[in-house]
Amino acid sequence: MESSRRRFMKMAGIAAVGLSAQPVIKAVAAAPTNGTHSLQKGPKALIGSQWAMVIDTRRFKTERDVAPLIEACHKTHNVPHFSDRRHEIKWLWETHFHNAFPDIVNPHMSEEAEHRPYLVLCNHCENPPCVRACPTKATFKRQSDGIVVMDMHRCIGCRFCMAACPYGARSFNFRDPRQGLVEKEMNPQYPTRMKGVVEKCNFCSERLSEGLMPACVEASKGAIVFGDLRDPNSEVRRVLRENFTIRRKSGLGTEPCVYYIV
Amino acid sequence: MNDKKWIVLGLVIFLGLFTFPLWYNLLVRPGTAAPAPEVVLTDKAKAARQCVMPTEFMKTDHMQLLDEWRLKMVREGTGTFVNPEGKMFAASLSNTCLDCHSNKAEFCDRCHDYVSVAPYCWDCHLDNPKGER
Repeated sequence: MESSRRRFMKMAGIAAVGLSAQPVIKAVAAAPTNGTHSLQKGPKALIGSQWAMVIDTRRFKTERDVAPLIEACHKTHNVPHFSDRRHEIKWLWETHFHNAFPDIVNPHMSEEAEHRPYLVLCNHCENPPCVRACPTKATFKRQSDGIVVMDMHRCIGCRFCMAACPYGARSFNFRDPRQGLVEKEMNPQYPTRMKGVVEKCNFCSERLSEGLMPACVEASKGAIVFGDLRDPNSEVRRVLRENFTIRRKSGLGTEPCVYYIV
Repeated sequence: MNDKKWIVLGLVIFLGLFTFPLWYNLLVRPGTAAPAPEVVLTDKAKAARQCVMPTEFMKTDHMQLLDEWRLKMVREGTGTFVNPEGKMFAASLSNTCLDCHSNKAEFCDRCHDYVSVAPYCWDCHLDNPKGER
């Protein structure tokens, strides 16, 4: 291409016209300004940097003792009930000692302790393997309170998290969950899920933000203690100091935050 | 260049067909466009006078606001919205928006149908926060 004085002047002129268009573009297609609105934690919200739970299993002798807690949880969060076990959705459920703690294999253990129902749920691990497996960051460890949260808007239903979770705490919606719910008994304040996403316990993060304790803790009449693991003066830390506790599969290094007094 | 007239003729026919929807609506059927929908405000929404933000903002930007709400509520746990006047609201579609606008069919759906958008909010969020059916 031949460069000349004439050509240079032409290009400079075009560039000047282009620059002068900027205010026009700003006026016509201005980016929306958000004013001064903001989002913050509510005035009643409970604040903790790592929520944790201590379950006193001595207080749960039979299945009748744990059933109200499971019901409270599942009612609060519109967890569907499907009788076909392949479609089962579980947030909080009970299991046998040897399924809850497969690494504790002592023979001749206390029969009473062996046959208690053990409440199990998502452990909200400090080092959660499900979070590493999730390709869309739909499940993530929330920095503000340590809860392993599911963002249902992002879940693509790949189920890598279910394969990664060593506790089986996650369930997949093979069917439309609304088919497993009775419409009149639904909690209208909480959404349901849709077919094709994974779900699990959320430590009642929506209740914590309103200053309420998790539904199972509230229904447990003191048998479950909930609080901030990082606060040395919290109720959980006091209970952990005073009682010998175990955690599920602690040898895996996931650092679960649900403790059991046996 | 012997085919010039055919090329030009072809271009004219193509442009005519391509712009068919435009001139058909302008010349043949003027004034028959579907009228813009009227949204219905419930008594509660009328009494409140203003939504969480000014009406003009809500008309144009409610989707961005809701997107921000869901992002901040789920991912950062900041679920309380403070508007420029300093009033606080729970950042919740079912519990705040639909508390006033409890007539989803006449409020949300009318405009969404008109502009042919299908937000998937209702796949999960319940549209009857008070449990009325």
